[in-house]
Amino acid sequence: MFINFFFNLKSKGIPVSLHEWITLHKAMAMNLNDCSLTNFYHMARSILVKNEIFFDRYDMAFLDTFKDIETTDEMLDKILEGLKKVKELHLSEEEKKQIEQLNLDEVLKNFEEQLKQEHYKNHVGGNKAIGTGGRSTQGAWGYNPAGIRIGQGESRHRKAIQIAEKREFRNYSSDITLDTRQMRVALSHLRSLLPMGIGEKLDLKKTIDLTCKNAGEIELVWQNKEKKSSKVMLLMDVGGSMTPFSELVERLFSASASQISKFKHFYFHNAFYQDLWTDMERNSSTSTMEMLKSEDSDYKVIIVGDAEMAPSELTWANGAIDYWYHNDIPGIVWMQRFKEKFKDAIWLNPLPKRSWEYVHSIRMVRDVFPMFELTLDGLDEGVKYLMTGKCSLYNR
Amino acid sequence: MDYFKGTDDYVISKELRDNVNVSIALQRPLIVKGEPGTGKTLLAHAIAKGLGKKFFIWNVKSTTKAQEGLYVYDTVQRLNDARFGDHNVSDIKQYIKLGKLGETFAADEQVVLLIDEIDKADIEFPNDLLNELDEMSFYIPETKETIKAKHRPIVIITSNSERELPDPFLRRCVFHYIDFPAQELMEEIVHVHFPKIENKLLREALKKFYWIREFDMLRKKPSTSELIDWLQALILGGIPVKDVEKEIPFLGTLLKKQEDIDLLQKSGKNHYAYNTSMRTRDVY
Repeated sequence: MFINFFFNLKSKGIPVSLHEWITLHKAMAMNLNDCSLTNFYHMARSILVKNEIFFDRYDMAFLDTFKDIETTDEMLDKILEGLKKVKELHLSEEEKKQIEQLNLDEVLKNFEEQLKQEHYKNHVGGNKAIGTGGRSTQGAWGYNPAGIRIGQGESRHRKAIQIAEKREFRNYSSDITLDTRQMRVALSHLRSLLPMGIGEKLDLKKTIDLTCKNAGEIELVWQNKEKKSSKVMLLMDVGGSMTPFSELVERLFSASASQISKFKHFYFHNAFYQDLWTDMERNSSTSTMEMLKSEDSDYKVIIVGDAEMAPSELTWANGAIDYWYHNDIPGIVWMQRFKEKFKDAIWLNPLPKRSWEYVHSIRMVRDVFPMFELTLDGLDEGVKYLMTGKCSLYNR
Repeated sequence: MDYFKGTDDYVISKELRDNVNVSIALQRPLIVKGEPGTGKTLLAHAIAKGLGKKFFIWNVKSTTKAQEGLYVYDTVQRLNDARFGDHNVSDIKQYIKLGKLGETFAADEQVVLLIDEIDKADIEFPNDLLNELDEMSFYIPETKETIKAKHRPIVIITSNSERELPDPFLRRCVFHYIDFPAQELMEEIVHVHFPKIENKLLREALKKFYWIREFDMLRKKPSTSELIDWLQALILGGIPVKDVEKEIPFLGTLLKKQEDIDLLQKSGKNHYAYNTSMRTRDVY
């Protein structure tokens, strides 16, 4: 059942609509795939799938549906090798009518017989066998409306199933970690409308009003344009167990810095206390309390860290991992203060989600901040959460 | 029906060519996505050239509004004319200027329209064009006129995926993702640009080029257009093949960020040792 393909795509999570499915049928009715499964594979993909991150899932759905299908592409190749292109055949109307009377069953039977006897090799002209420029019921560049047309394009070297099996697009799937460009796309959703720039748009109503009052002397009134921009604060865990992820965090940093107009960033080690570091080497710092007091509360806060530490670093006074650092207030309290000030805050964790349950400190941090994986999906969901306050991944 | 076969100076994969023809046959816009420098914009030029049709480009910028593509009503001009009274201002028609999309609709023959970098514009931009691209017509309330396409134009839309396009818009299009060309296809592409290039130099340069692209950590991977620039530099500079084997001359034409150049130099002569995939999943 062909419709299974549709449901297979759906069950793999590809957003296919009925609209597109019908378009595919239209395309097939026009024989745009030229009776080839390989062409069908590409055509269906171009019509049904609109994002390369779903190409891999499309491959899997295609395999599920068509893996047992007998493909004629190979046979086609064999036949085509034997065929040579010659001048097209021109027939009178009368002759055409005669040929049209053949029925499909006969044609198919004849075709199979021909195939068995390998009559097609180097056959040109004639009325019965497979060949080119002839009037038989099969072959290319000839004339027979009831006949089987065998590939008038060029030969097809690759079979669709093999292409799907290769799953070349696995790297485009959205659940692997990100490169800078993808991060920028995800972060661009953080933009919301803020008034920017002066006097770029003509305020027609006010202009007419003022012009009238001015006794016809034209008075132009300009209004401010709204532009999308965002305010984001990024806090990054550096050092220790985060070292393996430093490149990834750096990418997130460079993506945010280039994508976001109002951007602030700070560093911390494992947990944050009364000081936040403003440089990676942790030489200069700013007071957390001052920061909490002075900054606008509409910043979107993104914290990146593995949240993997001794519970004492969160719960004890003087619990900080650095022996020279003394904190009177435990880290978890600072985190709660952060959360109170900035309502929109998320924690991105480079560790895979399945490991979160096994680390005590991660569970504690998760109680304060909603936590997302630092992957494309996680970032997307996290950004969605920042913008709307809800998302499908995070429901607790 | 028109059938696009490709042109001499644009190397095209079979899949892309088929998809172009599918989109022409179905009369739907073709969205082309892919890494920068894979020839998305050139594709539209090639289609227009291959089919011998007139070509219109609508370059989209971040401030572009969908309305501008249809028509612009020049109110300031009209106000100004009213002020000095040397025009007949009651004829609104003379203040309506058709945009690019409007022009293609009004054309007397079928044309090719390229909407370049649609993702640069506001998120609402594609949504505002839904109906216009579907029906290929729009209404001008000021003159009570409907502009309807006499021949549905062939529409090619390119996207750099700076932004996701809305689903209802995508539903109405045919989609193609231009994969980065493999080595054989790339050789063909280079030959179009440099028909007389030395085979040995080309092979060595491509080897280096694909090796650089393997680096996962690059901020910006070099693309086809950068490869062409680099080869141009190599040929003009008369760099012997030996030198390309040993080092990478003119690295600045391939990599545009200091961090990337540092990364490559750090990896030094030990070509393959440093080039490991830093995906977090692999670490654990």
